[in-house]
Amino acid sequence: MKVSVDEAKCCGAGQCVLLAPEVFDQRDEDGIVVLLTPEPSPDQHSDVREAAAVCPASAITLHDGS
Amino acid sequence: MSPNEPAMRLPLPTDGPLEAPAEWQELRRKCPVATVELPSGDKAAYLTRYDDIKALLSDPRFARPTDRDEGAARIAPEGAGGPVANGDSSIAIATQGEEHLRWRRHVGKYLTAKRVTALRPGMVAIVESLVDDLVEQGQPGDLKATVGFPLPVYVICDLLGAPAEDRDRFSYWSDAFLNVSRYSTEEAQASYGEFARYMSELIAAKRAEPGDDLISNLIKDGTEGGEGLSDELLLSTGMGLLVAGHETTANMIGKMVSMLLADRTRWERLLDDPSLVRTAVDEVLRFDANFGFGVRRYLGEDVEVGGELLPGGTTVVCALSAANRDEQVFADAAEMDLTRAPNPHMTFGAGPHACLGQSLARTELQVVLEVLLRRLPTLRLAVPVEELQRVEGLLVGGLRTVPVRW
Ligand code: HEM
Ligand code: SF4
Repeated sequence: MKVSVDEAKCCGAGQCVLLAPEVFDQRDEDGIVVLLTPEPSPDQHSDVREAAAVCPASAITLHDGS
Repeated sequence: MSPNEPAMRLPLPTDGPLEAPAEWQELRRKCPVATVELPSGDKAAYLTRYDDIKALLSDPRFARPTDRDEGAARIAPEGAGGPVANGDSSIAIATQGEEHLRWRRHVGKYLTAKRVTALRPGMVAIVESLVDDLVEQGQPGDLKATVGFPLPVYVICDLLGAPAEDRDRFSYWSDAFLNVSRYSTEEAQASYGEFARYMSELIAAKRAEPGDDLISNLIKDGTEGGEGLSDELLLSTGMGLLVAGHETTANMIGKMVSMLLADRTRWERLLDDPSLVRTAVDEVLRFDANFGFGVRRYLGEDVEVGGELLPGGTTVVCALSAANRDEQVFADAAEMDLTRAPNPHMTFGAGPHACLGQSLARTELQVVLEVLLRRLPTLRLAVPVEELQRVEGLLVGGLRTVPVRW
Protein backbone atom coordinates (compact mmCIF):
# COMPACT_ATOMS: atom_id res chain seq x y z
CA MET A 1 0.00 0.00 0.00
CA LYS A 2 1.17 3.51 -0.88
CA VAL A 3 -0.29 6.59 0.69
CA SER A 4 -0.42 10.14 -0.60
CA VAL A 5 -1.87 13.28 0.96
CA ASP A 6 -3.12 16.50 -0.56
CA GLU A 7 -1.97 19.37 1.65
CA ALA A 8 -4.10 21.87 -0.21
CA LYS A 9 -7.28 19.97 0.62
CA CYS A 10 -6.37 19.08 4.23
CA CYS A 11 -8.44 21.02 6.75
CA GLY A 12 -6.27 20.09 9.71
CA ALA A 13 -8.91 18.12 11.58
CA GLY A 14 -6.33 15.64 12.80
CA GLN A 15 -8.45 12.52 12.43
CA CYS A 16 -5.67 10.70 10.60
CA VAL A 17 -3.19 11.44 13.40
CA LEU A 18 -5.57 10.15 16.05
CA LEU A 19 -6.06 6.93 14.09
CA ALA A 20 -2.59 6.24 12.72
CA PRO A 21 0.02 8.34 14.55
CA GLU A 22 2.92 6.40 13.04
CA VAL A 23 1.81 7.23 9.54
CA PHE A 24 0.44 10.77 9.83
CA ASP A 25 1.37 13.88 11.75
CA GLN A 26 0.34 17.53 11.65
CA ARG A 27 2.76 20.39 11.04
CA ASP A 28 3.42 22.55 14.09
CA GLU A 29 3.11 25.76 12.06
CA ASP A 30 -0.40 25.28 10.74
CA GLY A 31 -1.84 21.89 11.64
CA ILE A 32 -1.65 20.62 8.06
CA VAL A 33 -1.03 16.91 7.50
CA VAL A 34 2.49 15.48 7.21
CA LEU A 35 2.97 12.01 5.78
CA LEU A 36 5.49 10.19 7.97
CA THR A 37 5.24 6.76 6.36
CA PRO A 38 4.31 6.74 2.68
CA GLU A 39 4.48 2.93 2.59
CA PRO A 40 2.97 1.70 5.84
CA SER A 41 3.59 -1.83 7.06
CA PRO A 42 0.78 -4.39 6.77
CA ASP A 43 -0.18 -4.10 10.44
CA GLN A 44 -0.86 -0.40 9.88
CA HIS A 45 -3.06 -0.90 6.82
CA SER A 46 -6.39 -1.11 8.55
CA ASP A 47 -5.79 2.10 10.56
CA VAL A 48 -4.64 3.88 7.41
CA ARG A 49 -7.71 2.71 5.52
CA GLU A 50 -9.91 3.98 8.31
CA ALA A 51 -8.10 7.34 8.30
CA ALA A 52 -8.56 7.71 4.56
CA ALA A 53 -12.25 6.84 4.83
CA VAL A 54 -13.00 9.34 7.57
CA CYS A 55 -10.79 12.26 6.49
CA PRO A 56 -13.33 15.11 6.27
CA ALA A 57 -11.42 16.73 3.43
CA SER A 58 -10.90 13.56 1.35
CA ALA A 59 -7.22 14.50 1.41
CA ILE A 60 -5.77 11.00 1.82
CA THR A 61 -5.43 8.70 -1.19
CA LEU A 62 -4.45 5.04 -1.06
CA HIS A 63 -2.75 3.21 -3.89
CA ASP A 64 -3.33 -0.43 -3.21
CA GLY A 65 -1.73 -3.54 -4.58
CA SER A 66 1.90 -2.42 -4.53
CA MET B 1 -37.56 21.94 -5.88
CA SER B 2 -40.00 24.39 -7.43
CA PRO B 3 -41.15 27.75 -6.09
CA ASN B 4 -44.83 26.75 -5.97
CA GLU B 5 -44.43 23.58 -3.97
CA PRO B 6 -45.79 23.87 -0.42
CA ALA B 7 -42.71 23.97 1.78
CA MET B 8 -42.06 21.70 4.74
CA ARG B 9 -41.44 23.51 7.98
CA LEU B 10 -38.25 22.99 9.92
CA PRO B 11 -37.71 21.45 12.40
CA LEU B 12 -39.36 18.25 11.12
CA PRO B 13 -41.51 16.38 13.66
CA THR B 14 -40.28 13.10 15.25
CA ASP B 15 -41.88 10.26 17.19
CA GLY B 16 -39.61 10.56 20.19
CA PRO B 17 -36.84 12.74 21.59
CA LEU B 18 -34.05 10.56 20.17
CA GLU B 19 -35.80 9.47 16.97
CA ALA B 20 -35.09 10.59 13.42
CA PRO B 21 -37.88 12.26 11.43
CA ALA B 22 -39.61 9.70 9.20
CA GLU B 23 -39.38 12.11 6.26
CA TRP B 24 -35.63 11.80 5.88
CA GLN B 25 -35.73 8.40 4.21
CA GLU B 26 -38.48 9.49 1.85
CA LEU B 27 -36.62 12.70 0.99
CA ARG B 28 -33.32 10.93 0.35
CA ARG B 29 -35.10 8.57 -2.01
CA LYS B 30 -37.47 10.83 -3.84
CA CYS B 31 -36.71 14.46 -3.16
CA PRO B 32 -33.03 15.01 -2.44
CA VAL B 33 -33.43 18.76 -3.01
CA ALA B 34 -36.55 19.80 -1.11
CA THR B 35 -37.94 23.22 -0.25
CA VAL B 36 -38.25 24.10 3.42
CA GLU B 37 -39.49 27.06 5.37
CA LEU B 38 -37.35 28.24 8.26
CA PRO B 39 -38.85 29.72 11.47
CA SER B 40 -38.15 33.17 9.99
CA GLY B 41 -40.53 32.41 7.12
CA ASP B 42 -37.63 32.45 4.63
CA LYS B 43 -37.28 29.54 2.24
CA ALA B 44 -34.26 27.33 1.70
CA ALA B 45 -33.23 24.25 -0.23
CA TYR B 46 -32.95 21.20 2.02
CA LEU B 47 -30.42 18.46 1.22
CA THR B 48 -30.56 14.98 2.77
CA ARG B 49 -28.26 12.73 0.69
CA TYR B 50 -24.74 12.02 1.88
CA ASP B 51 -23.04 12.47 -1.48
CA ASP B 52 -24.85 15.71 -2.32
CA ILE B 53 -24.02 17.26 1.04
CA LYS B 54 -20.41 16.11 0.99
CA ALA B 55 -19.94 17.58 -2.49
CA LEU B 56 -21.49 20.92 -1.57
CA LEU B 57 -19.59 21.29 1.71
CA SER B 58 -16.35 20.38 -0.04
CA ASP B 59 -16.86 23.11 -2.63
CA PRO B 60 -14.58 25.98 -1.56
CA ARG B 61 -16.72 28.54 -3.41
CA PHE B 62 -19.48 28.42 -0.81
CA ALA B 63 -19.60 29.43 2.84
CA ARG B 64 -22.08 30.11 5.62
CA PRO B 65 -24.38 33.02 4.86
CA THR B 66 -23.38 36.37 6.40
CA ASP B 67 -25.35 39.61 6.44
CA ARG B 68 -23.39 40.70 3.41
CA ASP B 69 -25.22 38.05 1.41
CA GLU B 70 -28.27 39.93 0.41
CA GLY B 71 -31.35 37.74 0.25
CA ALA B 72 -29.83 34.87 2.23
CA ALA B 73 -32.45 33.02 4.26
CA ARG B 74 -32.37 33.82 7.96
CA ILE B 75 -33.09 31.16 10.54
CA ALA B 76 -34.96 33.26 13.05
CA PRO B 77 -37.28 36.24 12.60
CA GLU B 78 -35.66 39.70 12.71
CA GLY B 79 -34.45 40.56 16.19
CA ALA B 80 -34.50 37.07 17.67
CA GLY B 81 -31.38 35.06 18.03
CA GLY B 82 -28.74 37.56 19.08
CA PRO B 83 -25.40 38.04 17.43
CA VAL B 84 -25.01 34.46 16.31
CA ALA B 85 -28.24 33.64 14.52
CA ASN B 86 -28.41 36.85 12.52
CA GLY B 87 -25.49 36.28 10.26
CA ASP B 88 -22.08 36.67 11.80
CA SER B 89 -21.74 40.45 11.75
CA SER B 90 -20.21 40.80 15.19
CA ILE B 91 -17.88 37.90 14.61
CA ALA B 92 -14.96 39.19 12.63
CA ILE B 93 -13.70 35.73 11.69
CA ALA B 94 -13.49 35.57 7.95
CA THR B 95 -15.80 32.96 6.53
CA GLN B 96 -14.28 32.64 3.11
CA GLY B 97 -11.22 32.66 0.93
CA GLU B 98 -7.61 33.29 1.82
CA GLU B 99 -8.44 35.17 4.98
CA HIS B 100 -10.50 32.29 6.33
CA LEU B 101 -7.74 29.84 5.48
CA ARG B 102 -5.17 31.96 7.27
CA TRP B 103 -7.32 32.21 10.38
CA ARG B 104 -8.00 28.47 10.35
CA ARG B 105 -4.34 27.63 10.13
CA HIS B 106 -3.40 30.07 12.89
CA VAL B 107 -5.93 28.62 15.28
CA GLY B 108 -5.87 25.07 13.93
CA LYS B 109 -2.30 24.50 14.97
CA TYR B 110 -3.42 24.80 18.60
CA LEU B 111 -6.18 22.25 18.09
CA THR B 112 -4.14 19.50 16.41
CA ALA B 113 -4.46 15.90 17.53
CA LYS B 114 -1.17 16.15 19.44
CA ARG B 115 -2.15 19.31 21.31
CA VAL B 116 -5.51 17.85 22.18
CA THR B 117 -3.93 14.62 23.41
CA ALA B 118 -1.79 16.74 25.72
CA LEU B 119 -4.97 18.29 27.16
CA ARG B 120 -6.49 14.88 27.94
CA PRO B 121 -5.17 14.43 31.52
CA GLY B 122 -6.55 17.87 32.44
CA MET B 123 -9.93 16.88 31.00
CA VAL B 124 -9.95 13.64 32.99
CA ALA B 125 -9.35 15.64 36.18
CA ILE B 126 -12.20 18.03 35.33
CA VAL B 127 -14.64 15.22 34.57
CA GLU B 128 -13.67 13.38 37.78
CA SER B 129 -14.50 16.45 39.83
CA LEU B 130 -17.77 17.06 37.95
CA VAL B 131 -18.79 13.46 38.63
CA ASP B 132 -17.96 14.09 42.32
CA ASP B 133 -20.38 17.03 42.17
CA LEU B 134 -23.06 14.88 40.56
CA VAL B 135 -22.73 12.20 43.24
CA GLU B 136 -22.67 14.77 46.01
CA GLN B 137 -25.87 16.45 44.80
CA GLY B 138 -27.67 13.12 45.10
CA GLN B 139 -30.11 11.10 42.99
CA PRO B 140 -31.64 11.68 40.58
CA GLY B 141 -29.06 14.02 39.12
CA ASP B 142 -29.08 16.00 35.87
CA LEU B 143 -26.12 14.80 33.87
CA LYS B 144 -26.47 17.58 31.36
CA ALA B 145 -26.37 20.46 33.85
CA THR B 146 -23.73 18.92 36.12
CA VAL B 147 -21.29 17.36 33.64
CA GLY B 148 -22.27 18.18 30.05
CA PHE B 149 -22.67 21.92 30.37
CA PRO B 150 -19.57 22.80 32.45
CA LEU B 151 -16.95 20.53 30.84
CA PRO B 152 -16.66 22.13 27.38
CA VAL B 153 -16.58 25.65 28.76
CA TYR B 154 -13.88 24.70 31.30
CA VAL B 155 -11.86 23.16 28.51
CA ILE B 156 -12.19 26.27 26.35
CA CYS B 157 -11.18 28.48 29.31
CA ASP B 158 -8.06 26.36 29.81
CA LEU B 159 -7.34 26.52 26.10
CA LEU B 160 -7.68 30.31 26.01
CA GLY B 161 -5.76 30.73 29.26
CA ALA B 162 -8.65 32.24 31.24
CA PRO B 163 -8.29 31.62 34.98
CA ALA B 164 -10.42 28.85 36.51
CA GLU B 165 -12.35 31.28 38.70
CA ASP B 166 -13.83 32.93 35.59
CA ARG B 167 -15.29 29.72 34.17
CA ASP B 168 -18.80 30.35 35.40
CA ARG B 169 -18.92 33.79 33.82
CA PHE B 170 -17.90 32.19 30.51
CA SER B 171 -20.72 29.67 30.91
CA TYR B 172 -23.24 32.42 31.40
CA TRP B 173 -22.05 34.48 28.43
CA SER B 174 -21.94 31.54 26.13
CA ASP B 175 -25.44 30.50 27.07
CA ALA B 176 -26.72 34.03 26.53
CA PHE B 177 -25.13 34.19 23.05
CA LEU B 178 -26.90 31.08 21.87
CA ASN B 179 -29.89 30.30 24.02
CA VAL B 180 -32.51 32.22 22.16
CA SER B 181 -35.41 30.94 24.20
CA ARG B 182 -34.00 31.78 27.62
CA TYR B 183 -32.45 35.21 27.07
CA SER B 184 -33.71 38.36 25.38
CA THR B 185 -31.82 40.10 22.61
CA GLU B 186 -30.83 42.81 25.14
CA GLU B 187 -29.37 40.21 27.47
CA ALA B 188 -27.49 38.61 24.59
CA GLN B 189 -26.15 42.01 23.55
CA ALA B 190 -25.18 42.96 27.12
CA SER B 191 -23.38 39.63 27.50
CA TYR B 192 -21.49 40.29 24.32
CA GLY B 193 -20.37 43.67 25.70
CA GLU B 194 -19.17 42.10 28.95
CA PHE B 195 -17.45 39.30 27.13
CA ALA B 196 -15.69 41.75 24.81
CA ARG B 197 -14.45 43.82 27.77
CA TYR B 198 -13.29 40.70 29.57
CA MET B 199 -11.43 39.41 26.52
CA SER B 200 -9.70 42.76 25.92
CA GLU B 201 -8.39 42.67 29.48
CA LEU B 202 -7.34 39.06 29.09
CA ILE B 203 -5.49 39.87 25.87
CA ALA B 204 -3.72 42.82 27.54
CA ALA B 205 -2.75 40.58 30.47
CA LYS B 206 -1.35 37.94 28.10
CA ARG B 207 0.65 40.56 26.24
CA ALA B 208 2.19 41.62 29.55
CA GLU B 209 2.72 38.12 30.84
CA PRO B 210 2.43 35.37 28.23
CA GLY B 211 1.60 31.78 29.19
CA ASP B 212 1.38 28.62 27.13
CA ASP B 213 -2.24 29.14 26.14
CA LEU B 214 -3.83 29.79 22.77
CA ILE B 215 -4.16 33.58 23.17
CA SER B 216 -0.53 33.99 24.31
CA ASN B 217 0.66 31.84 21.46
CA LEU B 218 -1.36 33.70 18.87
CA ILE B 219 0.09 36.97 20.19
CA LYS B 220 3.59 35.51 20.07
CA ASP B 221 3.13 34.38 16.46
CA GLY B 222 2.59 38.06 15.68
CA THR B 223 5.58 39.41 17.59
CA GLU B 224 7.98 36.85 16.14
CA GLY B 225 7.75 38.37 12.71
CA GLY B 226 4.87 36.24 11.50
CA GLU B 227 1.50 37.62 10.68
CA GLY B 228 -0.23 37.68 14.03
CA LEU B 229 -3.87 38.21 14.76
CA SER B 230 -5.17 41.69 15.57
CA ASP B 231 -6.80 42.27 18.97
CA GLU B 232 -10.12 42.34 17.21
CA LEU B 233 -9.47 38.97 15.65
CA LEU B 234 -8.23 37.55 18.97
CA LEU B 235 -11.48 38.67 20.56
CA SER B 236 -13.61 37.10 17.87
CA THR B 237 -11.50 33.95 17.98
CA GLY B 238 -12.30 33.62 21.69
CA MET B 239 -15.95 34.30 21.02
CA GLY B 240 -15.98 31.98 18.01
CA LEU B 241 -14.47 29.07 19.93
CA LEU B 242 -16.90 29.55 22.78
CA VAL B 243 -19.90 29.75 20.50
CA ALA B 244 -18.79 26.87 18.28
CA GLY B 245 -17.52 24.62 21.04
CA HIS B 246 -19.70 25.03 24.10
CA GLU B 247 -23.37 24.26 23.46
CA THR B 248 -22.57 21.80 20.70
CA THR B 249 -20.39 19.65 22.93
CA ALA B 250 -22.53 20.16 26.06
CA ASN B 251 -25.61 18.95 24.22
CA MET B 252 -23.76 16.07 22.62
CA ILE B 253 -22.61 14.83 26.05
CA GLY B 254 -26.24 14.74 27.21
CA LYS B 255 -27.44 13.07 24.02
CA MET B 256 -24.57 10.56 24.07
CA VAL B 257 -25.38 9.36 27.57
CA SER B 258 -29.11 9.26 26.76
CA MET B 259 -28.61 7.25 23.58
CA LEU B 260 -26.37 4.74 25.33
CA LEU B 261 -28.73 4.35 28.29
CA ALA B 262 -31.93 4.33 26.22
CA ASP B 263 -31.08 0.73 25.37
CA ARG B 264 -29.05 -0.35 28.34
CA THR B 265 -27.49 -3.31 26.50
CA ARG B 266 -25.38 -0.63 24.80
CA TRP B 267 -24.07 0.60 28.14
CA GLU B 268 -23.41 -2.98 29.29
CA ARG B 269 -21.52 -3.75 26.12
CA LEU B 270 -19.19 -0.82 26.91
CA LEU B 271 -18.80 -1.93 30.52
CA ASP B 272 -17.71 -5.34 29.22
CA ASP B 273 -15.35 -3.85 26.69
CA PRO B 274 -14.28 -0.24 27.36
CA SER B 275 -11.95 -0.41 24.36
CA LEU B 276 -15.08 0.27 22.28
CA VAL B 277 -15.30 3.82 23.62
CA ARG B 278 -13.62 5.34 20.57
CA THR B 279 -15.90 3.77 17.96
CA ALA B 280 -18.92 4.17 20.25
CA VAL B 281 -18.40 7.92 20.42
CA ASP B 282 -18.29 8.26 16.65
CA GLU B 283 -21.35 6.04 16.28
CA VAL B 284 -23.24 8.20 18.75
CA LEU B 285 -22.18 11.26 16.75
CA ARG B 286 -23.47 9.61 13.58
CA PHE B 287 -26.70 8.49 15.18
CA ASP B 288 -27.71 11.81 16.75
CA ALA B 289 -30.92 12.87 15.07
CA ASN B 290 -31.39 16.05 17.05
CA PHE B 291 -28.54 18.17 15.79
CA GLY B 292 -30.44 21.36 15.10
CA PHE B 293 -30.88 22.65 11.61
CA GLY B 294 -27.82 21.39 9.93
CA VAL B 295 -25.31 23.67 8.34
CA ARG B 296 -26.18 26.42 5.90
CA ARG B 297 -24.52 27.54 2.72
CA TYR B 298 -25.22 30.60 0.63
CA LEU B 299 -24.80 30.00 -3.09
CA GLY B 300 -23.04 32.96 -4.65
CA GLU B 301 -23.50 31.35 -8.08
CA ASP B 302 -25.44 28.55 -9.78
CA VAL B 303 -24.48 25.02 -8.87
CA GLU B 304 -25.72 21.57 -9.73
CA VAL B 305 -26.72 19.35 -6.83
CA GLY B 306 -28.02 15.81 -7.29
CA GLY B 307 -28.79 16.53 -10.94
CA GLU B 308 -30.72 19.69 -10.18
CA LEU B 309 -29.59 23.23 -10.90
CA LEU B 310 -29.73 25.49 -7.87
CA PRO B 311 -29.66 29.16 -8.86
CA GLY B 312 -27.21 31.62 -7.31
CA GLY B 313 -28.83 33.40 -4.35
CA THR B 314 -30.22 30.17 -2.90
CA THR B 315 -29.63 29.34 0.75
CA VAL B 316 -29.04 25.63 1.32
CA VAL B 317 -29.59 23.74 4.56
CA CYS B 318 -27.56 20.51 4.73
CA ALA B 319 -29.26 17.96 7.00
CA LEU B 320 -26.09 16.30 8.26
CA SER B 321 -28.02 13.84 10.43
CA ALA B 322 -30.09 12.75 7.44
CA ALA B 323 -26.86 12.16 5.51
CA ASN B 324 -25.55 10.14 8.44
CA ARG B 325 -28.39 7.68 7.92
CA ASP B 326 -27.97 7.34 4.18
CA GLU B 327 -28.20 3.62 3.36
CA GLN B 328 -25.99 4.16 0.31
CA VAL B 329 -23.07 4.87 2.62
CA PHE B 330 -23.80 3.18 5.95
CA ALA B 331 -24.78 -0.49 6.19
CA ASP B 332 -27.78 -0.89 8.51
CA ALA B 333 -27.87 2.87 8.79
CA ALA B 334 -30.85 2.87 11.14
CA GLU B 335 -29.07 0.63 13.64
CA MET B 336 -26.58 1.78 16.21
CA ASP B 337 -23.41 -0.32 15.92
CA LEU B 338 -20.90 0.56 18.61
CA THR B 339 -18.10 -1.11 16.65
CA ARG B 340 -18.74 0.66 13.34
CA ALA B 341 -15.45 1.46 11.57
CA PRO B 342 -14.72 3.27 9.43
CA ASN B 343 -17.44 5.71 10.31
CA PRO B 344 -17.29 8.65 7.91
CA HIS B 345 -20.24 10.48 9.48
CA MET B 346 -20.62 14.18 8.76
CA THR B 347 -21.62 15.45 12.19
CA PHE B 348 -18.55 17.71 12.08
CA GLY B 349 -19.25 18.85 8.54
CA ALA B 350 -16.79 18.32 5.68
CA GLY B 351 -14.41 20.26 3.45
CA PRO B 352 -12.73 23.59 4.13
CA HIS B 353 -15.09 24.50 7.00
CA ALA B 354 -15.13 21.10 8.71
CA CYS B 355 -15.19 21.49 12.47
CA LEU B 356 -11.84 22.77 13.65
CA GLY B 357 -12.54 21.54 17.17
CA GLN B 358 -13.41 17.96 16.27
CA SER B 359 -10.39 16.33 17.87
CA LEU B 360 -11.13 18.31 21.01
CA ALA B 361 -14.83 17.42 20.94
CA ARG B 362 -14.15 13.73 20.33
CA THR B 363 -11.65 13.65 23.17
CA GLU B 364 -14.09 15.36 25.54
CA LEU B 365 -16.81 12.84 24.68
CA GLN B 366 -14.41 9.91 25.06
CA VAL B 367 -13.19 11.15 28.42
CA VAL B 368 -16.73 11.66 29.73
CA LEU B 369 -17.71 8.17 28.67
CA GLU B 370 -14.59 6.53 30.11
CA VAL B 371 -14.94 8.26 33.45
CA LEU B 372 -18.68 7.53 33.72
CA LEU B 373 -18.21 3.84 32.88
CA ARG B 374 -15.53 3.58 35.52
CA ARG B 375 -17.10 5.70 38.25
CA LEU B 376 -20.83 5.03 37.79
CA PRO B 377 -21.21 1.60 36.14
CA THR B 378 -24.79 1.34 37.43
CA LEU B 379 -25.82 4.55 35.63
CA ARG B 380 -29.34 4.53 34.15
CA LEU B 381 -31.95 7.01 32.98
CA ALA B 382 -34.22 8.18 35.79
CA VAL B 383 -37.18 8.71 33.45
CA PRO B 384 -38.54 6.74 30.49
CA VAL B 385 -36.84 7.78 27.24
CA GLU B 386 -40.07 9.26 25.84
CA GLU B 387 -40.11 11.75 28.69
CA LEU B 388 -36.80 13.33 27.75
CA GLN B 389 -37.49 16.76 26.31
CA ARG B 390 -35.80 18.38 23.37
CA VAL B 391 -34.54 21.96 23.72
CA GLU B 392 -36.16 24.26 21.29
CA GLY B 393 -32.92 26.17 20.64
CA LEU B 394 -32.68 27.30 17.06
CA LEU B 395 -29.10 26.50 16.35
CA VAL B 396 -28.03 23.56 18.42
CA GLY B 397 -30.24 20.58 19.19
CA GLY B 398 -30.16 18.86 22.54
CA LEU B 399 -32.10 17.61 25.53
CA ARG B 400 -33.28 19.96 28.23
CA THR B 401 -32.18 17.71 31.07
CA VAL B 402 -30.79 14.19 31.31
CA PRO B 403 -32.05 12.81 34.65
CA VAL B 404 -29.99 9.83 35.81
CA ARG B 405 -29.64 7.42 38.74
CA TRP B 406 -26.73 5.16 39.61
C1 HEM C 1 -19.81 17.63 19.48
C2 HEM C 1 -19.45 18.88 19.36
C3 HEM C 1 -19.35 19.63 18.07
C4 HEM C 1 -20.08 19.51 16.91
C5 HEM C 1 -21.22 18.54 16.63
C6 HEM C 1 -19.55 20.49 15.98
C7 HEM C 1 -20.00 20.63 14.67
C8 HEM C 1 -19.49 21.53 13.77
C9 HEM C 1 -19.92 21.65 12.39
C10 HEM C 1 -20.99 20.81 11.72
C11 HEM C 1 -19.19 22.64 11.81
C12 HEM C 1 -19.24 23.09 10.35
C13 HEM C 1 -20.08 24.29 10.15
C14 HEM C 1 -20.18 24.66 8.69
O1 HEM C 1 -19.66 23.95 7.83
O2 HEM C 1 -20.78 25.70 8.41
C15 HEM C 1 -18.31 23.17 12.83
C16 HEM C 1 -17.43 24.21 12.64
C17 HEM C 1 -16.58 24.70 13.61
N1 HEM C 1 -16.38 24.17 14.87
FE1 HEM C 1 -17.38 22.60 15.69
N2 HEM C 1 -18.53 21.18 16.57
C18 HEM C 1 -18.37 20.69 17.84
C19 HEM C 1 -17.43 21.10 18.79
C20 HEM C 1 -16.48 22.10 18.57
C21 HEM C 1 -15.47 22.50 19.53
C22 HEM C 1 -15.23 21.86 20.88
C23 HEM C 1 -14.78 23.55 18.96
C24 HEM C 1 -13.62 24.36 19.46
C25 HEM C 1 -13.37 24.68 20.66
C26 HEM C 1 -15.36 23.79 17.64
C27 HEM C 1 -14.93 24.76 16.77
C28 HEM C 1 -15.41 24.94 15.50
C29 HEM C 1 -14.99 26.01 14.63
C30 HEM C 1 -13.95 27.07 14.95
C31 HEM C 1 -15.72 25.87 13.44
C32 HEM C 1 -15.67 26.78 12.21
C33 HEM C 1 -14.72 26.24 11.19
C34 HEM C 1 -14.69 27.04 9.91
O3 HEM C 1 -15.67 27.68 9.55
O4 HEM C 1 -13.64 27.01 9.26
N3 HEM C 1 -16.39 22.89 17.44
N4 HEM C 1 -18.49 22.46 14.01
S1 SF4 D 1 -7.77 13.71 8.55
FE1 SF4 D 1 -7.60 14.65 6.54
S2 SF4 D 1 -8.07 16.78 6.90
FE2 SF4 D 1 -7.63 15.90 8.87
S3 SF4 D 1 -5.45 16.30 9.20
FE3 SF4 D 1 -5.64 14.29 8.29
S4 SF4 D 1 -5.44 14.69 6.11
FE4 SF4 D 1 -5.87 16.63 7.04
